Amino acid sequence: MRDMIWLIPLLPMLSSISLMIFSGRLPKTLVAFMGAGSVALSALLTLLFAVNFLNNPEPVQLTLWTWIEVGSFNPGVAFYLDGLTLVMMSIITGVGFLIHLFSTEFMQDDDSYARYFAYLNMFVAAMLILVMADNLLLLYLGWEGVGVCSYLLVGFWYQSSDNGKAARKAFIVTRIGDTAMALGLFLLFSELGTLNIQAMGEVARTTWQVGDTMPLIACLLLLAGAAGKSAQLPLQTWLPDAMAGPTPVSALIHAATMVTAGVYLIARTHDLFLLAPTAMMTVAILGLATSLMAAFTALTQFDIKRILAYSTISQIGYMFLALGVGAWGAGIFHLMTHAFFKALLFLGSGAIIHCLHHEHDIFKMGGLRTILPVVFWSFIIGSAALAALPLSSGFFSKDQILLSAYLMPGVGPWLWFGGLVGALLTAIYSFRLVFVVFFGSVKTKPDNSPGLRMAIPLTVLCALAVVGGYFTIPVAEVFPPLGDHHPAFWVEAVSIAVPIVGVAIAYAVFLGGQLKVDGLKNATSGLRQFWFSHWGMDWLYDRVFVRPYYGLANLLSSEPLDRLYELVVSASQKLNQYLSDTQTGRMRSYVGSMIFGLIFVLALSLGVL
Amino acid sequence: MEGLNVPLNHILLVASMLFAIGMLGLMIRRNIIFILMSLEVMLNAAALAFVAAGAHWGQADGQIMFMLILSVAAAEVAVGLGLVLQVQRRFKSLDMDNANRMKG
Repeated sequence: MRDMIWLIPLLPMLSSISLMIFSGRLPKTLVAFMGAGSVALSALLTLLFAVNFLNNPEPVQLTLWTWIEVGSFNPGVAFYLDGLTLVMMSIITGVGFLIHLFSTEFMQDDDSYARYFAYLNMFVAAMLILVMADNLLLLYLGWEGVGVCSYLLVGFWYQSSDNGKAARKAFIVTRIGDTAMALGLFLLFSELGTLNIQAMGEVARTTWQVGDTMPLIACLLLLAGAAGKSAQLPLQTWLPDAMAGPTPVSALIHAATMVTAGVYLIARTHDLFLLAPTAMMTVAILGLATSLMAAFTALTQFDIKRILAYSTISQIGYMFLALGVGAWGAGIFHLMTHAFFKALLFLGSGAIIHCLHHEHDIFKMGGLRTILPVVFWSFIIGSAALAALPLSSGFFSKDQILLSAYLMPGVGPWLWFGGLVGALLTAIYSFRLVFVVFFGSVKTKPDNSPGLRMAIPLTVLCALAVVGGYFTIPVAEVFPPLGDHHPAFWVEAVSIAVPIVGVAIAYAVFLGGQLKVDGLKNATSGLRQFWFSHWGMDWLYDRVFVRPYYGLANLLSSEPLDRLYELVVSASQKLNQYLSDTQTGRMRSYVGSMIFGLIFVLALSLGVL
Repeated sequence: MEGLNVPLNHILLVASMLFAIGMLGLMIRRNIIFILMSLEVMLNAAALAFVAAGAHWGQADGQIMFMLILSVAAAEVAVGLGLVLQVQRRFKSLDMDNANRMKG
């Protein structure tokens, strides 16, 4: 079994390639079988491997071949599987399969059915390579692969130029992070002499002291890469626009898997981050700040997918907070539960959009509780987990994060408090969504209801979102153990109570009507507008980067430097013209000029002039 | 050499005037025959200067140079008249300005 793990990324890749080659010539049923089936097989193999691994928790190292060999630089196409990888692989193939299944119905009427599944399969393959890689170079290959697939899928409906713009934005903004990450890899290789992740950790521990500058720089560069992929401050602006893609894509790429690649990267290179406490502090603070900013923004949005997009940014912020305070396991645990409930919410919203003639505005929905019961229960369970209500999966993971943050010496209580504010906001905006969409009067009548291929993934994800919190992820071996401290009882009590208060507020404002907020709404319309635009970040980036860049490009497109050289050209051309004009072919004028020249020279030499 | 005693300066003056006249003819004439004639005038001006100088210093070199110039002039006229015939045949005129096709 352990030698067969290379099949797991290979199957979706083969399916993707054959779908690309035979694109458009295969019947839709076959495409669906290939697309979803290959991922199902991968999921099955992952399950087999998981059983094997849990019985014998020994990390697997499998080198397929040496990729490049230049001097001492010889990264292989090699896989390294431990508990952390297993968790990620299970999420990618498991949640990935459910989303593929959902897509087979969601995309049924699309003309580019095969193209869609080709991209989706390629994404799964690239993501698997990313998490299974045993060296950072192969990881980077997967990293770029998911970036490309994300670009292709955001711009999937390329007939609209807005989608193309969103795709380019997603690609370019993440590229900025990728460039920083590539620099980080160069630095790590030149300093440590290897890119193998396990070896790197050991070499780093012997070469560097805790608090050295070099690991700090390397970690900050890796962090920039992670922030780009995981949509964290200051590179998070691409994620809301990436919602232009089909909804299952948003579920798979922009909620459950790809955006967690940054979290995975930091967790995977935790050996380095442990040597740079400042970098870890930066991770925590960035995560918390992003989380709060996105939560405020989600509160003001009315596009169902954008609310979920900002909630994703916010939740990944929590994961970064967990990583930053050294609670690696809690971060990965939240990554897993988040994958369950966010995929659930996104697929639920996909079902709503599918049934409601592509309506995105939550205020044009309403009363869907009885009409779409499966979706309603999905949203109730998903939102409960998102808001971290007790006993839901999100509760266990978020609680761990908040308590670990509290235990951080020094700024811990502040991080905890910030996290609590975020949790309160999360509860409010997620239940605002539920109350507005599913209760009240019916505003848009659905024209169909989700079929079996949509209902099954929703049901399975519902189950996972409920019981996910009781899973034990096998990462204890991977990460350094945390101290066994427990914060005071009141801290835990407050952490549990805050989401419930949030739901109560949402109920009172959006459903029960006990709280009238019209006055407050009017008084803060400017502030809400500011939040709605995500703290004006797009505006700021447009002014600071995009427009000056366009201006410069415009300026340079007329090639101002060439003016100088064109001057030389035109001057010599003019001179040439004047001189060739003197060549008339008339001998008399030649004689005349010769004689005048002669006289001139004579006069000069005789000293007359 | 008694009898006719003309100062050297006068002869040189005549020679240079002849030279200038020839040159002027070369510059302003368009007919190729006249150009050749102007050339002859210029050559003879130089020859006159040589003869005068030879007489002044009582040397034979001047007259030798004169013989040389005379033969050069004869050769030149032979070639020149050949060219004149070609020009006349090709352009049906003796105007030198017509023969400027190569702008050389």
